[in-house]
Amino acid sequence: MKTMNGDFWGNQRLNKNAVQSIGFNFIRFIALITVLPILGIVFYITIKGTSAISWEFLTAMPRDGMRAGGILPAIVGTFYLMLGTAAFSIPLGLAAGIYLSEYSEDNAWTRLLRVAIISLAGVPSVVYGLFGLGLFVLFFKFGISILSASLTLSIMTLPVIISTTEEALRSVPYQFRIVGISLGGTQWQTIRKVILPQALPGIVTGIILGLERAVGETAPILFTGATFFLPRLPSSPLDATMALPYHIFVISTQVPGMPVEIQYGTVLVLMVFVLGMNLIASLIRSRARAKRQW
Amino acid sequence: MKRRQEKLITNIIRIAGSSSILFIMLIFFFLMREGLPALTEVKLSDLFSTRWYPIEDLFGILPLLSGSLIVTVFSILIALPLGVGTAIYIGEIAPKSVNEVLKPTIEILAGIPSVVLGFLGILVLSPLMRETFNLPTGLTAFTGAFLLALISIPTIVSIAEDAIYAVPNTYRDAAYALGASKWQVIWNVVLPAARSGILTAVMLGVGRSLGETMAVMMVTGNAPTVFRGLDSFIAPVRTMTATIASEMGEVASGSLHYHVLFFIGIILFVFSLIINVSSSSTLAKRTAKSRAKMVS
Repeated sequence: MKTMNGDFWGNQRLNKNAVQSIGFNFIRFIALITVLPILGIVFYITIKGTSAISWEFLTAMPRDGMRAGGILPAIVGTFYLMLGTAAFSIPLGLAAGIYLSEYSEDNAWTRLLRVAIISLAGVPSVVYGLFGLGLFVLFFKFGISILSASLTLSIMTLPVIISTTEEALRSVPYQFRIVGISLGGTQWQTIRKVILPQALPGIVTGIILGLERAVGETAPILFTGATFFLPRLPSSPLDATMALPYHIFVISTQVPGMPVEIQYGTVLVLMVFVLGMNLIASLIRSRARAKRQW
Repeated sequence: MKRRQEKLITNIIRIAGSSSILFIMLIFFFLMREGLPALTEVKLSDLFSTRWYPIEDLFGILPLLSGSLIVTVFSILIALPLGVGTAIYIGEIAPKSVNEVLKPTIEILAGIPSVVLGFLGILVLSPLMRETFNLPTGLTAFTGAFLLALISIPTIVSIAEDAIYAVPNTYRDAAYALGASKWQVIWNVVLPAARSGILTAVMLGVGRSLGETMAVMMVTGNAPTVFRGLDSFIAPVRTMTATIASEMGEVASGSLHYHVLFFIGIILFVFSLIINVSSSSTLAKRTAKSRAKMVS
């Protein structure tokens, strides 16, 4: 290319190169100012929140109108919501992913299913909250409870799990299926013994990323399961619960005179929770990529 | 025996796998059931009026529509150049080693809960806004738009990046062969070829901004006002999502207020449906293409 731009084109080439370097630097600048706030947020919260973290903060009940003591009920509540969401969303998500990748034909039903999944992925989180209120809390009379909130979060999480499961299954080479069948296995045996194990890291990554999103959400649990304050740990799935995201909302907007230290500490705990899941997911993904034989 | 078991499992997968269709229909049905009564209880002209004051049974949703529109438009104006620019950097310019840091960092942003951004908005961003622009309050439409931009950037980056990646290399090679510089290739060949994907990215970004609740509710001041010109950007506003989130907890189920809040939910649901389904056709084309790549 350079030889093509001989003397005759020299003038234009200089011009072109100048434009290119301005353009590249502009794009680099844009990428930089996109990334800086992200790093800023993570560092800032880590620095401001660390001083609040202590054994008591993580394992004690809130005291003094939540202005002192720990945040144990919120941590435990978030954990329960995660387990509840996993219990409903994993089986349904796996089934849908397997169906779309292995069984579905290109017909009207499959297209309808795809439209439904895409639509679910776009529904605003607060609308999930309304839906959960209408269906689980009021219609099924589960009340404001861990059960209602988990069911609501599960449906919200489904599209993530479905699409990553389908993608992971589809990335397993076609030959694996042929070999499984030709060894006398049925389609299901081939899927369960050959395809699923191969796709497992991708599926697990998707599940973790889906649950990560559920754990951080506030709007869907606002009217389905979250409660302002609970002086004990929830003892049944029909109890309402405190949860970290909602607790952050409460202590930053509803409680006057809240010590800043506790606020940042709570935010840090949620961040570690969520980003820890993110980290585990990326580790599984990169390890699986390194080990993959196809 | 084996056959029967096989059939049973296949059927379970078929039925459980199709549950999403049931769920989206249930969402639609329950929103309609709880929200449509609002249309008979409130006159249409009152519903689309400019005063939202539920205590006096004034349910004009125009200020809420206007509030959602202001913060969404402004957030996309910020997020579009940043998101697409970053996608260009990742796809065309950055060395692989930089991308190995950059991509996970963007993923981190996608993982930060919106309530955390809202919290920082209250404690850090809004005092900054108040002092910089000398305002009575830092809880403004702009503060919300800024957080929404952060929230929609990961969506825009990842889909725009896919779109850029999907541009065949033959396009680039042809342009290079004609003597184009790398920048000219990006600007005149890659971006135009990826424009439908980039449009999809922006639309899904709009969808995220429009539906985002917590961050917006925490930093926009929640004053239901109608757009009055540029001043509205640095004044408090209230979005549809924030209205539902902040008021639903206090209303009696079955009351007029309750029905109107569900009606706002219907509006949000319909918007999100239009955005997602219309952009899915371009997405579907792309998955078909990448599938073809995988098989060959």
